[in-house]
Amino acid sequence: MLFEYVLRLGDSPLVLAQQLGGLIAQAPTMEEDVALANVSLDLLGQARALLSFAGELEGRGRDENDLAYFRESHAFHNLLLVEQPNGDFAQTQLRQFLYDAFAIELWTQLQRSSDATLAAVAGKAVKETAYHVRRSADWVIRLGDGTEESARRLHAALANLWMFTGELFLTDAVDDAMAEQGVAPLASRLEPAWRTRVESVFTDARLDVPETAWPQRGGKLGRHTEHLGHLLAEMQVLPRTHPGARW
Amino acid sequence: MPDAYRKTLVRQISQHAHSEIIGMQPEGNWITRAPSLERKAILIAKVQDEAGHGLYLYSAAETLGTSREELVEQLLTNKAKYSTIFNYPTLTWADVGAIGWLVDSAAIMNQIPLARCSYGPYARAMTRICKEESFHMRQGFDIMLTLSRGTPEQKAMAQDALDRWWWPSLMMFGPPDTESVHSADSMRWKIKRFSNDELRQRFVDQTVPQADVLGLRMPDPDLHWNAGRGHYDFGQIDWDEFYRVVRGDGPCNHQRIQHRIAAHEDGAWVREAATAYARKHAAEAIAAA
Amino acid sequence: MNGSPLWEVFVRSRNGLAHSHVGSLHAPDATMALHNARDVYTRRGEGTSIWVVRSSDIHASNPDEKDALFEPALDKAFRQATYFELPDEVKNL
Repeated sequence: MLFEYVLRLGDSPLVLAQQLGGLIAQAPTMEEDVALANVSLDLLGQARALLSFAGELEGRGRDENDLAYFRESHAFHNLLLVEQPNGDFAQTQLRQFLYDAFAIELWTQLQRSSDATLAAVAGKAVKETAYHVRRSADWVIRLGDGTEESARRLHAALANLWMFTGELFLTDAVDDAMAEQGVAPLASRLEPAWRTRVESVFTDARLDVPETAWPQRGGKLGRHTEHLGHLLAEMQVLPRTHPGARW
Repeated sequence: MPDAYRKTLVRQISQHAHSEIIGMQPEGNWITRAPSLERKAILIAKVQDEAGHGLYLYSAAETLGTSREELVEQLLTNKAKYSTIFNYPTLTWADVGAIGWLVDSAAIMNQIPLARCSYGPYARAMTRICKEESFHMRQGFDIMLTLSRGTPEQKAMAQDALDRWWWPSLMMFGPPDTESVHSADSMRWKIKRFSNDELRQRFVDQTVPQADVLGLRMPDPDLHWNAGRGHYDFGQIDWDEFYRVVRGDGPCNHQRIQHRIAAHEDGAWVREAATAYARKHAAEAIAAA
Repeated sequence: MNGSPLWEVFVRSRNGLAHSHVGSLHAPDATMALHNARDVYTRRGEGTSIWVVRSSDIHASNPDEKDALFEPALDKAFRQATYFELPDEVKNL
């Protein structure tokens, strides 16, 4: 179960890092290219630490690359939120903010994990995420309270993404077991803090928190949206084309 | 500061800045397909460095009175040049290795003398850039080494990349000394310290032994060691191809600029929003201070 | 990039005592300028503190007045401790 949980933990930053990696060299300013690359690198680092750990836990000799490049969609456990397309800059930053606001609560609590490796990963990730969430919140606010066009785009992004936020706080048997063992906080417990932060930023961004729609779900169990397949096809192509090769 | 000197400096600095920014594209092209997570991380860091280098250089050029806006406009309207090497496509993962190995080491060779150049902000930017680029060159060579020691397909991939990137790398040092328009002035003002041909020869001498380590064959039948000169002799560069690419008819010239134009135009609403927000809240910031 | 002013960036390194000028960048406001400066100028652990200042707020001495401003200080060597020769026996001075 720990293996399953750690994989879930690592897959979201992996997918998000991949998404951001594709945006470098087309950001609105060069300064933003540098910023996006920074977030992508941090997330990739978190994913690598977690996937390596998962591979060790599994004990079948799979390393971070085996796990990243040779699993199919149904074996990925990332949140549906992070596989939604980059869209425009408003969607990229809103997706980032909604995820960062969750991740900061998660990593903060995980620092107290009964598992030493997770606690260590969390110790590093919490600092990175503290910076990411400030950055993404700043952008959501500026786009929401900027021009009519930026506000319009932000509203459109919110309509696309909100339905995927419910999944952040859904729990199942794996989560229950982890909470019982003191390994991880129950995700549902993170919701109030997340909401407080989201509401505060949305106020400054002149965004209304939408009515809670039916939360789309399934990512943790490998039931994904159509987007993940394309993302993985691009990410995995080289090792799959050259079986047995080392890079 | 004499006007002609200032103009030359701005031209040289901005050309370098544009090269860094455009250079992000051929390598950025492989970030999403990097074949291992470590290679992906390294490549993202490299491309990020390039954006940073562009920024250091634009900021040095701005100290000379030319705004970032003007410089960007010159690039997007084809009034400014950037290194011709980035007008070639990256067709395989090995190309990423070849660029790091060949293009970055050629660039470093061009750049190290500039770190001691006469203009302070430029020299300072260059010192920072050279420090950061030494990692770029090594990561490229490391990719080529791994490929050349890998499967037959990987080795063929590496050889193919070398075949396509070698001659364009030699062209990076510019036209032969006899034909270089700006060199004389730049050298007089100590902005440029060595001639094109001198640097090109140095590059060949340094790189051929590295190719030997890789077990790859240089795509030049006329390349051989000349004991008398103490240097490698090498074949004739196709200067027609060079001038064609400089003129804008290379494989990727149009695409590279269109990509920048799209990023710039698509990003306009974002920049406007940030400015609008700053204006709206400037009054508060002053009141709070 | 109208309305995105130029900012000068100063970074104090880990073992440094003072902020030094490292370059400049464009940002619409001070918060973004600080974030951008952190991303662009401290990627290799160079800093523990960043200042950003609008370039338009920096007032510099006039290079043409360099001689008048700075040369007079050069011929007043008695301001340096090394100017004074003391007998070897004197300690703690």
